[in-house]
Amino acid sequence: MFEMVAFYIFSFLTIVMFLITVMSKNVLYSLSSLAAGMIFISAFFFLLDADFLGVVQIVVYTGAVMALYAFGMMFFDSIKDVKESVINPKITFVLSGLIALVIVAVFAAPIIADNISAYYPIHKEYGNIQDVGLVLFTKYLIPFEVAAVMLLVAMIGGIILAGKKMDVSITTMPEDEIDAYKHMIEETKDKRWH
Amino acid sequence: METYLYIALFSPLVGSLFAGLFGNSERKVFTGVVTSMLLGVSMISSLILLNYIFVTSDIIHVKLMDWIVIGNINIPYGFVVDHVSVVMMVVVTIVSTMVHIHSIGYMDHDRSFNRFFSYLSAFVFSMMVLVMSDNFLGLFIGWEGVGLCSWLLIGFWYHKKDQPTTKDIYNSPYSTLSPYSSISPSYAANEAFIMNRVADLGMLVGIFLIYWNIGSLQYDIVFDKIGELNSMTVVLIACTLFIGAMGKSAQFPFNTWLANAMEGPTPVSALIHAATMVTAGVYLIVRANEIFTVVPEVGYFIASLGAFVAFGAATMALVATNMKKIIAYSTLSQLGYMFVAGGLGAYWVALFHLATHAFFKSVLFLGAGNVMHATNDEINIKKMGGLYKHMKSTAIIMIIASVALSGIYPFAGFFSKDLILEVAFGTHSYILWTVLWITAGLTAFYSFRLIMYVFFGKENYDKEKVHPHETYAFVIASMAPLAILAMIAGFFKDSYVKLVTNTLPKLNIHVSPETVNILIAITSFIALGGIAFAVFVFIKKGGYFSDKLQNRFYFKTLANQYYMPHLIDKLINKPYLKLSKYCFKVIDSKIIDAIVDTIATTIYKGGENSRIMQTANLSTALKWMTFGLVAFIVFVVVYLNLIVRG
Amino acid sequence: MALILNDYLIVSTIIFIIGLVGVLRRKNLIMLFFATEIMLNAVNIALAAISKFHGDLTGQMFAFFIVAIAASEVAIGLGLLILWYKRYNTINLDSLQNMKG
Repeated sequence: MFEMVAFYIFSFLTIVMFLITVMSKNVLYSLSSLAAGMIFISAFFFLLDADFLGVVQIVVYTGAVMALYAFGMMFFDSIKDVKESVINPKITFVLSGLIALVIVAVFAAPIIADNISAYYPIHKEYGNIQDVGLVLFTKYLIPFEVAAVMLLVAMIGGIILAGKKMDVSITTMPEDEIDAYKHMIEETKDKRWH
Repeated sequence: METYLYIALFSPLVGSLFAGLFGNSERKVFTGVVTSMLLGVSMISSLILLNYIFVTSDIIHVKLMDWIVIGNINIPYGFVVDHVSVVMMVVVTIVSTMVHIHSIGYMDHDRSFNRFFSYLSAFVFSMMVLVMSDNFLGLFIGWEGVGLCSWLLIGFWYHKKDQPTTKDIYNSPYSTLSPYSSISPSYAANEAFIMNRVADLGMLVGIFLIYWNIGSLQYDIVFDKIGELNSMTVVLIACTLFIGAMGKSAQFPFNTWLANAMEGPTPVSALIHAATMVTAGVYLIVRANEIFTVVPEVGYFIASLGAFVAFGAATMALVATNMKKIIAYSTLSQLGYMFVAGGLGAYWVALFHLATHAFFKSVLFLGAGNVMHATNDEINIKKMGGLYKHMKSTAIIMIIASVALSGIYPFAGFFSKDLILEVAFGTHSYILWTVLWITAGLTAFYSFRLIMYVFFGKENYDKEKVHPHETYAFVIASMAPLAILAMIAGFFKDSYVKLVTNTLPKLNIHVSPETVNILIAITSFIALGGIAFAVFVFIKKGGYFSDKLQNRFYFKTLANQYYMPHLIDKLINKPYLKLSKYCFKVIDSKIIDAIVDTIATTIYKGGENSRIMQTANLSTALKWMTFGLVAFIVFVVVYLNLIVRG
Repeated sequence: MALILNDYLIVSTIIFIIGLVGVLRRKNLIMLFFATEIMLNAVNIALAAISKFHGDLTGQMFAFFIVAIAASEVAIGLGLLILWYKRYNTINLDSLQNMKG
């Protein structure tokens, strides 16, 4: 009973939030509503007995990813309203309507297989986190390691893409050279930034 | 004996290929000599075969190969030398050899000397194939081969321009009074070939009918079984085969090409249009005599048509001043005689007349060639005259040939022509006899009109430009055997009859000897009368038709060849040209090209329009992606639900 | 009336479609990224739902890895976006277009 209520409330909220994200003209509004939607999605995960996943969703998505987006906002001109010049909005609506219809119809009459046996069955006796840990570090070890390497690569890539001049290391320079360096940066400052 | 068969058959081919190697070089005498020698070899082989068959009365039959074996069709290819074909072989090879030797002298100023001999030998080879084949399809191959070679040879001087057709009767190419035999050599060649081709369609239909009903094309099998077919089929076969013969032998209405073929060199006319190609039609009738004896009505029609052509051609030769056309019309006339004989069932008589006619007509043409050579290619007889003292040998030979043509005893023409008249009388076809009798008189007249105009009388040629001289001695030597044969061939009649009646039916006409003698007397009388009229009127008046007569309607009709070329041009050429233009402009360009272009344009435009999908705009690409995704999902769902489940 | 798998799947689909509409509609590159995030999250919901209703952990593991990948993708995407903005001073989608079609 509670489950159903919770399900409907959270689904309603999620949908509204994401609609705002998609329809809004202000970048900051859509950013905020996206963050809110993420939190509500983690509520779904908790409903589905996927505790670890729900926690990860909040920490990673809402915490890290949204923070990243927020920092990214600092670079762009976010005060202006976004001008959406769609060439032919009718195509978009028609297409979207069609897609919606089709996919909902598809899932309303799903093709459900009968004989599905679980590869990694859920053990209800120990909690979800222990379960996930067991499977993650034994069966899914290699994807785990690979994901770690990928995150490393992404981090380095992010730093290089967004960083400023990095050929000079300020921390190892003596005082006066730091001042000279700062003057040089002031003069050659990128005039395109306003 | 088979060796002789192969030698006789293939030596002309070897000669033709050898001469063909030098086709583009300048004149080399040895091509002429080598080809003539190879033809001489062929002639000797044919004579040996003649002797062999005469003595042993044996038939030589060789099968070369299994030619067409597809499914139920089995047509082997072979050659047969029996009594009929050996006679034809001998005639063809003798005349060809003499013509080859004559051409060495006649064509000595021509630039394409080597090419001429290559074509001429190729023609002889095709004619040998035609005559020696043992099945209808081999005959057809030879038939087409001679048609092709005659096209090559008539159009030998293909670079001559077209002459325009005018109303002026002395200059229009459609008139026999003009210096042009036809619009141009290439036009005449095309006309001959196309007319032959149209007639060959009839022959092909006949061959198909034979194969369909009998199942084989070999002569012996066909003639065995022809009696079993129902009479309508046999009539149809006979008629269609005769249509083919009509084309080759220039019977009405396929006759205009023969006179126009005089645009080719004179040796060509001597070989092709006197002795060999035009007699292929007669050979077909003689060979297929067993088919024609089953349906005598068709035979009677053939005879009537032959008589009609004989008379018509003779009338057209009366007024012509184009020397070669006169001789061509006389050929046409004599072909009519042969068809009368063939139609009335006297096949060996037709063959006999074919042989004698080949001798004297070819030598007449060769002599005409000598005259033309002497007078700088002049062809109008009224512009010659008094050439006797300059060209005695040629004159004598031509007079001998004309006497033989008129059918005066003891020359060869008497024996064959009189036989035909006797056959006509004996089968109670008195109308045919009368027509042929009048034609005999006309023949004698116009032959000697030609002789008188050319060799006797006032000298009408331009004395500064023309220096008439006799030609080389070897040319006269080549004409001599033919002239001699024209004189004595008649005396071989009895041995000839004994030879060919092994294959051909005997004559069963009963005419009492007194009637025969009366007929001979009447015929000789009109022939001699014609000759006398020609000679004496010329000596008295110097010409035959006064100017008043020349303006009359019937003179003009005869001079314009009964307006047949004009009719053919108006009724067939022009509408066909219009049809061709219509087919090209409307059907080909607008419909077929349009269809092909549409297919190409559709593909091209389809590509052009699909290219719009390829924008670099990410938004558009994403839209296309979702569209594709939806389509794919729909397809999968439909497939799984309807096809797999349902 | 207990919840069945279908309900979760329908919700997931609706969210996915919202994300799809955003992808189609948005011309601002950052908004495009937001819509992509929405789609990824919708898929996560579906995976987790299926995992629960079949008693299998595989769905949750897959969702977990999707989260990791999405995070790194955002990092790189934003980096590239910053570079683009520094060069062209606009983040309109149409400015990416070099070809004329």
